[in-house]
Amino acid sequence: MIIRRCLGFLVLSAVLAPQFGCTKRNKNEIVIGHYGSMTGAEATFGKSTDDGIRLAVEETNAAGGVKGKKIRLITMDDQGKAEEAAAVATRLIEQEKVTALLGEVASSRSLAVAPIAQKKKIPMITPSSTNPRVTEMGDYIFRTCFIDPFQGLVMAKFAYENLKLRKVAVLSAVNSDYSMGLSKVFVEKFTGMGGEIVADTSYQSQDVDFKAQLTQIKSKNPEGIFIPGYYTEIGLIARQAAELGLKVPLMGGDGWDSPKLYEIGQENINGHYFSNHYSNESTDPVAVEFMNNFKKRFNKPPDGLSAAGYDAAKVLIKAMVNAPDLSGPALRDAIAAIKDYPGVTGSITINEQRNAVKSAVVVQVQGTTNKYITTINP
Amino acid sequence: MNDFLQHILNGLSLGSIYALIALGYTMVYGILQLINFAHSDVYMMGAFASYYVAMYLGIDRQPGLSTLAILLGSAMLACALLGLAIERLAYRPLRNAPKLNILITAIGVSLFLQYLAQAVFGADPKVFPQVLHNETLFTVGAVEVKTLDIAVFAVTILAMTVLNFVIYRTKMGQAMRAVAQNMRVAALMGVNPNRVISITFMIGSALAGVGSVLVGMKYPKIDPLMGTMIGLKAFVAAVLGGIGNLPGAVLGGLLMGFSEEMVVAYWSSTYRDALAFGILIVILIFKPAGLMGRSTTEKV
Repeated sequence: MIIRRCLGFLVLSAVLAPQFGCTKRNKNEIVIGHYGSMTGAEATFGKSTDDGIRLAVEETNAAGGVKGKKIRLITMDDQGKAEEAAAVATRLIEQEKVTALLGEVASSRSLAVAPIAQKKKIPMITPSSTNPRVTEMGDYIFRTCFIDPFQGLVMAKFAYENLKLRKVAVLSAVNSDYSMGLSKVFVEKFTGMGGEIVADTSYQSQDVDFKAQLTQIKSKNPEGIFIPGYYTEIGLIARQAAELGLKVPLMGGDGWDSPKLYEIGQENINGHYFSNHYSNESTDPVAVEFMNNFKKRFNKPPDGLSAAGYDAAKVLIKAMVNAPDLSGPALRDAIAAIKDYPGVTGSITINEQRNAVKSAVVVQVQGTTNKYITTINP
Repeated sequence: MNDFLQHILNGLSLGSIYALIALGYTMVYGILQLINFAHSDVYMMGAFASYYVAMYLGIDRQPGLSTLAILLGSAMLACALLGLAIERLAYRPLRNAPKLNILITAIGVSLFLQYLAQAVFGADPKVFPQVLHNETLFTVGAVEVKTLDIAVFAVTILAMTVLNFVIYRTKMGQAMRAVAQNMRVAALMGVNPNRVISITFMIGSALAGVGSVLVGMKYPKIDPLMGTMIGLKAFVAAVLGGIGNLPGAVLGGLLMGFSEEMVVAYWSSTYRDALAFGILIVILIFKPAGLMGRSTTEKV
């Protein structure tokens, strides 16, 4: 009796399953998925990126969409956790049937999703994950930003040539692929140029007390400190460095880029430097147009991650226009063929390693705005 | 030598915060033999309560002693009420259930508070108000002793003195100690154990509130998951000192702060937590009941 009832249920569900599987599927739209940290410790990363992507999608739809179809953006929150990123990306692919994936900012999360996208042959473009391993996961994984070696090189060059520093300490987040990647290259390049690393220390993200490390660094009398972490910790580090009387320039990467950096660090973060994808002071017409449209849409100036998100989405849309059809392999080939695309963050060419070749800017923190200092080319 | 003094100072101020939170764990354990995992999230809620009070009163940019007093008061009140509510709603119905059930409930309450806070306050970190002007008070060698360091230490000492007075010099304290020794006999002597337990939760939670304001003013970044790591370390500090033992919790907290600091200073910052916890494991191998805990034989 029970068995028969179960059988009946099985048959029923088998009949119903296909209908359930394709709910809300609209043939006249193209679905793209964005997974990002909309909540969690690095929530401004996900939100900024999503604003940029959203603007790109809305502009495209306003201009008639792609191949006569509107684009629908589905954003899912990964709470800033790698395992959650894998889960929501699977859902985007399996249930929402996305044509392509955009995301993440943090390399650890992009690394968690890349193998899934690769296996399902869904092209993925990360707007701002700079760890080299991300695109090494397979030929469906692309990025529209530079990679860690380049950011590490930029800051090493900047420290040695522009700031004329010779003795630098390094403080990196030991549980972050991004942070460790940047400091590794920075140390190699800086010592290669003839500089000296006087202290190589680390912390865990989510730490709040850095005084032990900073006291140790101070005892080595460095001329600058390279801290390639995320903004949540950098504000506190700058404060505690000031409390300990460490008055040397702090330097970092694009992980610093958030309005919260100044809110947490206050005047202690002013005057320090980080490398970024783009500067608000750019006079490039593409960038100026983007800034104006962004301000009109969201009532705030874009940060670097919004610009990176916008570019990633635009590159994807451009590839969709170029591709003969929207199947995974066709779209992949179209993305790989992108050349000299005039993005907000600079001209984008996808190279053989599926990375974008482009320049980086160095900016100086001044309150909630960042002053453009210099552009460093590959 | 100067570096060493600086490390001592850093360790002391970090350790005294661990100690404050460890006291809450140890008080509840002393009475109920319950590890109150929600304690670290009560601490987080205290930080948010004082943050919103400061925003509401518009004193988030007016550092001074009155700001400190208002924030401490509001955090303590909010935490005490939350502690009371948790005890009433989550733990009391399970008073006679197996210990494991309460433990699991405690973990549930902890997760509930974390995600409630993420939903209500947002997961993005918030900037804690500036509570005191951070000026250099005096220098020892080349080490600058700042207002915040002194304030953290002074408030901690004050809180512990008050706690000590309450527990050893008042009738309520006597009742608490009686309930901790034997709940049934205490009840026979006319002590109302439910009331004592409620008050214990309130005092322990209020201490977490003090801790949250101290951490907030020293490290002005608060978020809904801020309690997790500090709570874990404070819990370990309580175990290290001998869980259930008040001076032990203070000693454990200070040791925890110092060992972390010294590991980074003279060993390796990468392995800080691993080595700091390693040291604690070694201590516990030789003193299984904790530094000041009495070893008791379990009644089976």
